[in-house]
Amino acid sequence: MNIEVYKTSESLDSFNYQQVQDDILAILKKGSNAVVDMTVCNYISSTGLRVLLYSKKVAASKGLKLYLVGISNEVKDIMEVTGFNSFFDIFNTMEECLSAIDN
Amino acid sequence: MHRVDLFPTHEYQGLKLRPGRPYPFGAMVVGNMVNFSVYSRYATDCTLVLFHNREEKPFVEIPFFKEFRLGNVFSMIIFDLDYENIEYGFRMDGPFLPEEGHRFDKTKILLDPYAKLIVGRDVWGQQPNWDSLYQYRARVVFDDFDWEDDMPLETPVNDLIVYEMHVRNFTCGAASGVKHRGTFAGIIEKIPYLKELGVNCVELMPIHEFDEFENHRLSPIDGRELYNLWGYSNVGFFAPKAAYASSGRFAMQVDELKNLVKRLHANGIEVILDVVFNHTAEGNEQGPYISYRGIDNKTYYMLTPEGYYYNFSGCGNTLNCNNPNVRDMIVESLRYWVTDYHIDGFRFDLAAILGRDQNGNPMSNPPLLESLAHDPILGKTKLIAEAWDAGGLYQVGSFPSWGRWAEWNGKFRDSMRRFLKSDEGVLADVKERIIGSPDLYASQGRGIKASVNFITAHDGFTLMDLVSYNNKHNEANGEDNRDGENNNNSWNCGCEGDTDNPDINRLRHQQVKNAISMLMMSQGIPMVLSGDEMGNSQQGNNNAYCQDNEIAWLDWNNLEKNADIFRYFKQIIKFRRRHKVLRYDEHLRHDDYLGLGSPDFSWHGVKAWQPESGYNNLTVAFMLNGRYAVTVPEGSSEGIPDDFIYVAMNMHWEMHGFEVPQLPEGMAWHVFANTGMPSPDDIFEPGEEPLIDNQHEVLLGPRSIIILVGR
Repeated sequence: MNIEVYKTSESLDSFNYQQVQDDILAILKKGSNAVVDMTVCNYISSTGLRVLLYSKKVAASKGLKLYLVGISNEVKDIMEVTGFNSFFDIFNTMEECLSAIDN
Repeated sequence: MHRVDLFPTHEYQGLKLRPGRPYPFGAMVVGNMVNFSVYSRYATDCTLVLFHNREEKPFVEIPFFKEFRLGNVFSMIIFDLDYENIEYGFRMDGPFLPEEGHRFDKTKILLDPYAKLIVGRDVWGQQPNWDSLYQYRARVVFDDFDWEDDMPLETPVNDLIVYEMHVRNFTCGAASGVKHRGTFAGIIEKIPYLKELGVNCVELMPIHEFDEFENHRLSPIDGRELYNLWGYSNVGFFAPKAAYASSGRFAMQVDELKNLVKRLHANGIEVILDVVFNHTAEGNEQGPYISYRGIDNKTYYMLTPEGYYYNFSGCGNTLNCNNPNVRDMIVESLRYWVTDYHIDGFRFDLAAILGRDQNGNPMSNPPLLESLAHDPILGKTKLIAEAWDAGGLYQVGSFPSWGRWAEWNGKFRDSMRRFLKSDEGVLADVKERIIGSPDLYASQGRGIKASVNFITAHDGFTLMDLVSYNNKHNEANGEDNRDGENNNNSWNCGCEGDTDNPDINRLRHQQVKNAISMLMMSQGIPMVLSGDEMGNSQQGNNNAYCQDNEIAWLDWNNLEKNADIFRYFKQIIKFRRRHKVLRYDEHLRHDDYLGLGSPDFSWHGVKAWQPESGYNNLTVAFMLNGRYAVTVPEGSSEGIPDDFIYVAMNMHWEMHGFEVPQLPEGMAWHVFANTGMPSPDDIFEPGEEPLIDNQHEVLLGPRSIIILVGR
């Protein structure tokens, strides 16, 4: 299984969404599954949530997976109250994610 | 194929523009463009004012050039805006001639009347910058929420059990145990509780954006801050209240509310919004400029010939509901909430105003109400009127309905309260209420489904206070106890307010159970006030609109303290949902029209089949024949009849024996509830009710209700 990791910066919003979107789509275009490592991300805006969900849907349309890893409490809160968490497979650490994929 | 109209035609201070689309009004994203459009019949000039988020000063003010105007609409497209970081408003120029109805003032920055996301009051109770020129700020909304397969539930209206609740009051109390107290997200955390209670519809008190600081002051009694807690004062008709979202500080209230609706739907619970289209937060002549009065005062408000605001709402102004443009705005708002938020129904605050013409006179066929009744998108949306207003128009039973509108049945509340406190001479009225108020709704063919029954609602006492106070105690509101209803039809059971007297407390619990029994055993749509199921008290305050504290917040400790009340509510709701015979949509015939051995519905007294037999109008009994309420399971041609149900009510202060009608061969009476018994023998698990020894007579203690099920 091809997996490529993409690491986000401290925030994911309209100021950087285009780059993030392009980078994740590039991974999927190669036919790789994507792990989005959000360990350092402490703010996600409405645009940011949509970048993640759009990426997930593109992945699904190609038969690929997209995982989220290392979500901070702040980001987790936002994803929970807006319901976006329900669309994703979310793991606390990269190790957990990789071992889940292996299984 | 590429469109040829995707290129800018104008440039203004570095922004690329072109003439906009006049329709729809408001701001809309199309690709890399945002279309802004605003209507004003009387404005002479308009400017679009753009801010970066939360900045005090705008970064650009763009005039609507001549070619950006069509008819009375100003519209423009801006290319490549980072719209997540934009707040927008309008300046309108035009005459300031109040005597002619015009109040234009181009020094004001005005909120878009069609704003779908409003910021500025993002965290509840956080003081805003009062010097800011632009207080309630429109943003461009993300409207691409992923609903998956969710749609409005379209539960048959007669199957609803409505739970009227306030977003903040519901979970703000410390004992609520939720993480996101007082918010949409907090309600999600309580969905398992709502399911356990068994309600299948929540009616949210206003969730449109309003300002909790409107009329903010300190209580002269206890010094506490008083807020506009209830929110019956709209800032915008298209935007949710930011501070009701735990994510409001990030302007994500739209997604959070949509997620709440989606999660409630997934659990079989509908969402009705309490909407306030009778007035706005702009008040009277002395009120602030927020939007409408500066955009087009004469369009949006009902004005006297001298240009003053009519006050049929009791709140300073009256929305000009039957002006064609305001009518369109209301219809569009409702369509938007149904389309974009999957809302299941609306309860219209002071709906009688919606039937007044532009001079305030009641109309016989109000075009707004007719439009709503026939609207294609609202075609299966529940429409419920509070069929009166503050100008003296009372239309319970006569609200123009076109077969679509239901009403808050204020007469149900009044009659049942009087019966509950053993008023003699109200029984004839009570009997009409029990059978779905045919005196009000049968002649127009509106059916039982027109009647939303309730004994308590946000206006007035909670149920526990109804049986604990003779008089209102609103001193903490700071209006010398003048505010709130004086005529409560309440009885304190022997002592005003809290008491240690066990007899009084026992009687109060019994009366609460009597009240919910009357509500749940009556035909019509029952509505429960949030908190009544746990015996919530407001310490006698019957108008807690400003008490953002433990007076109005639900005290979840009561769930344990009044566990018997919660259990009773839960079981009787379950019983109602189990028995179709309690949930007719059309009126009963009181006749054995199918030759099934006994009528669909029959009245009884202390003697079976003799309704006149009783005591001083304080006893009544009735029987529902389950064979008239047949359920045909999917894929089957055989119907399954419901059980027989017999209800006896003794509101006399003495014990009475009731002769029970005989059941068909092979059936026997079982006791489901007896409010005169101590818990847990007051109510049983539906379907597991114990057989009664004496099949001919039941004894009802003082102020008691017995419910039997025959199978």
